[in-house]
Amino acid sequence: MRSQKVGYAFVAPYLLYFAMFMAYPLIFSFILIFHKWNIILPMQFVGLSNFHKMMQDSLYWKSLWNTVRFLIIHIPLQIAVALVLAEVLNQKIRMVGFFRGAFFLPVVISGVVVTILWKQLFSTDTGLLNLLLGELGLNRVPWLTHPDWAMPSIALMATWKNVGFYVILFLAGLQSIPAQLYEAATLDGATKVQQFFHVTIPAINSTMLLVVILSTMNGFALFVEPYVLTGGGPLNSTLSVVLYMYKQAFSFGKMGYAATLGFSLALIIFIVVIIQKKFVEREV
Amino acid sequence: MRTVIFYLLLILAALTFLFPFIWMVLATFKPEVEINYLNPLPSEWTWYSYSVIFTKIPIVRSFFNSVIVSGTMTLSALIFSSMAGYALSRLHFRGRDLIFYVALFTMMVPFQLTLIPLYVLIVKLGWTDSYIGLIAPGFVSTFGILVFRQFFRDIPQDMIDAARVDGCHDFRIWWQIVLPLSKPALVTVGILTFMGSWNELLWPLIVVREQSLMTMPQLVTLFAIGGQAESQVGPQLAASTLLMIPVVVVYMIFQRHFIRSMATSGLKG
Repeated sequence: MRSQKVGYAFVAPYLLYFAMFMAYPLIFSFILIFHKWNIILPMQFVGLSNFHKMMQDSLYWKSLWNTVRFLIIHIPLQIAVALVLAEVLNQKIRMVGFFRGAFFLPVVISGVVVTILWKQLFSTDTGLLNLLLGELGLNRVPWLTHPDWAMPSIALMATWKNVGFYVILFLAGLQSIPAQLYEAATLDGATKVQQFFHVTIPAINSTMLLVVILSTMNGFALFVEPYVLTGGGPLNSTLSVVLYMYKQAFSFGKMGYAATLGFSLALIIFIVVIIQKKFVEREV
Repeated sequence: MRTVIFYLLLILAALTFLFPFIWMVLATFKPEVEINYLNPLPSEWTWYSYSVIFTKIPIVRSFFNSVIVSGTMTLSALIFSSMAGYALSRLHFRGRDLIFYVALFTMMVPFQLTLIPLYVLIVKLGWTDSYIGLIAPGFVSTFGILVFRQFFRDIPQDMIDAARVDGCHDFRIWWQIVLPLSKPALVTVGILTFMGSWNELLWPLIVVREQSLMTMPQLVTLFAIGGQAESQVGPQLAASTLLMIPVVVVYMIFQRHFIRSMATSGLKG
């Protein structure tokens, strides 16, 4: 009996936290999505009209499409770069700590810093990237000023910022592969490239799944970069779903509608992750 | 020869990640017109950008706001998450497994779902424009609970039994025996909570409107995208540099812990 009480005493702070900041918001979100509310006037029940509005809201679909465009560039780029760098760090090299530390540095630094910095690098007329392209005799790129370029630019920057994290995950995966697998493959006459695709890639399948899911969830959370870099422009081409939700809630005071956007986004994330699990995960 | 080329490429890769930060720090000491010259070095060093920052926005105040918010949240998350982790791994009571599965489940709830209702709650509690509004939603770390639970399971039962025979109650066992043995878990949860909180932008933007209570990333962001910077690049970069310094200093000291902790955080998915 006493030990029961002690147990509850130890989890009490968590239960309070759970009730206030998890359970209550979850339940309240189910109420909010059926209401129209600006937080000042009383709530007004509107049934499913938030969902009807969302289905016809071209800006919502645009923001969703923008987020998907981000993911399509970001995920493969990130995996490719991270795998190469992890493979390199997995060799017997000197100063491995320095290189790992360098790749990882942007991960720990605030997205605000990274974005303000890249805003300068991306600047069309005076930015460092275009100056370098000019020195090489190439044309300037309208990194953030052209609707076709702005989202890919953000995806590039996000890859630069996050890739170090995925290098670490892949490196851990690579180091767990038994050396015998490579020895056997070498005996069978497999080249380095064949070994990479037929030994390494299957062996790190669980890490791969983790990387795909984590970067998908990161992508759907995209907010800081477009908020600071472009405000969602040009022509709403970098408006992400979270940024749109933020604007609906805090610029226009539409709490019910913003909650509906968040609800649908959570549902989409859930479905996408399940599909990814199905397609990436393999029996090893 | 191949080794030389290999290392040259590797150094180039490292510079890709390091150089932009070096460029930024040097640019804050340049006169405004020189910032976008290819030469990263200033022709003459000036503190102008920093003097703009210190006179125009309460950057020092925001630094202390961030220290208070992130420090309190980290301390609180360490204490309460390890308490829950202790109960879930070492104590027996009805509903224990249910609580564990609930914690696992809530790890998978995307923040996009709870963001707006959470804001409504903070408004109802009258916690907008306050430290508590910034700290409360992170005063326990669910991820931390899972890390601690996993770590505490590996502590030998003999040690706990011995302490119990000596008349220690659970609170003392947790505080004087279990926690001192758990430095790696404390470091992991501490670093991740602190970093997440220090770098958080969205939540402060939503909860705090009053400039004197703004956290550092929030103040720097609003300075850069609002009119206050008057499109001068130097002061924006100087503000970013100031925001970056504390994390970089901590990172340089605890680099290996940072990397190991982040590798653990991958497991939460």
